[in-house]
Amino acid sequence: MTGPFAEFAHYYPYGVAGAIVLLGVVGIAISRDLVHAVVCLSVCQSGTYVFLLAVGYQYGGLAPIFGATVHRSTPVVDPVVQALSLTDIVVSAAVTSMLLALVIQIAKRRRTVDPDELRSLEG
Amino acid sequence: MIIVIMVLSTVVLIGAAVVVFTRTPARQAVTLSVYGLLLTVLFVALQAPDVALSQLAVGTAVVPLMVMLAVRKVVAYRRTGRDDR
Amino acid sequence: MSRTVRMIMLAVGLLGAAGVLGAGVVGLPAFGGDRHPYRDLAVSAGLQRATANVVSSINFDQRALDTFGEETILVASVAAVAALLRPSRTERRRRVGSGLPVLESTRLLTVIFFPVTVLVGIDVVAHGAITPGGGFQGGVVLATGLHLLYVGGRYRLLERLRPIRIFEITEGVGLVIFIAIGLAGLAIAGQLFRNVLSYGQLAQLTSSGTVVLLSCAVGMAVVSSVVVLLAGFLEQALALVEVSEPDQSDEEAAR
Repeated sequence: MTGPFAEFAHYYPYGVAGAIVLLGVVGIAISRDLVHAVVCLSVCQSGTYVFLLAVGYQYGGLAPIFGATVHRSTPVVDPVVQALSLTDIVVSAAVTSMLLALVIQIAKRRRTVDPDELRSLEG
Repeated sequence: MIIVIMVLSTVVLIGAAVVVFTRTPARQAVTLSVYGLLLTVLFVALQAPDVALSQLAVGTAVVPLMVMLAVRKVVAYRRTGRDDR
Repeated sequence: MSRTVRMIMLAVGLLGAAGVLGAGVVGLPAFGGDRHPYRDLAVSAGLQRATANVVSSINFDQRALDTFGEETILVASVAAVAALLRPSRTERRRRVGSGLPVLESTRLLTVIFFPVTVLVGIDVVAHGAITPGGGFQGGVVLATGLHLLYVGGRYRLLERLRPIRIFEITEGVGLVIFIAIGLAGLAIAGQLFRNVLSYGQLAQLTSSGTVVLLSCAVGMAVVSSVVVLLAGFLEQALALVEVSEPDQSDEEAAR
């Protein structure tokens, strides 16, 4: 595959993954509600999964599950990045829940979850 | 396959933008759920069924449910706070 | 500093980050290329150990130590959530009513899908070595299936089917079984997490040695973790009511 479209297709998924990460960062920075910020952090993390899977992909490769249809010689995609992503998805959900529990505690003590109003330390 | 992956990547990017620019967290839980579903389709297209299974259960069900429950609790605290003042 | 100054700094930082990311991305090999050295090594190692699902082979056999670290993060964050969300002195537990009416069709669908999802979850955990799946995915599917009862409006049935003490214990037990299998590998073969059971034949249920056992241990830990997490949040959102001062508790009860 040659030509400018080919060049674009060579790097587009990586660009999308980077854009998702940056979108998440923008969301955290402009948020006015801590729960919104935690959700944007989750979006940011999902950009890294897209990036990892894009690195491991091969055109014409199949899923790395061997058996009747996929033989030793069939090209498969990279299983190492899939192993990284799938444990990370579950564990980062637990960490997101910890952040949400922290936000609930902040709401209980300070009665607000607006980051701008939470700037000063409690006296 | 190239076109499918590029189209799905673009849809995922638009989904991420929708999630980030939805202001109220209660509505964000719904858009986050849809975004999780879009990500699952992209992961299947990228030949990663394990990751898609993980993302489907976690990103479409567990995290939006926790966000909605957290929002409900935060709103309850904010309401009592305003009553005290 | 004011909000506009922060926004300007954000814009500058984003431009810099985007520039660096772009420069890095251009140096990557093209998307969809066929040069993946780790893939060749991992696939040949997985097939040598008769594991059909090479991703599970990596998670539970070749890099089991990293999975142990991830499981520890999971258990630790669940402990943190349980500590953060425990009822405080000013909170009182009230009985959860039936809430808003649930559509009959929703109730029917949850009754039908609850046993199906639990069975699918157990299948995904047990067949982690031969089909797409494993402890992490199956555990989350199981926990989500259990909470279909909450979606169907039967929160009290969910509470009865989900004794929190038991799930807190099984979470720790799953972690302990995981490290016990690893230590057994150390004792028998001299390497931590070494696959010491017989490899068997590719794509059979009893193939790939300790992968199935580790997958079940992780599945037990993950389902308990997600159930305990969701239980904490459900309790906070539905059952706990704040009582600001003792003499206001009658007003709260009347409301």
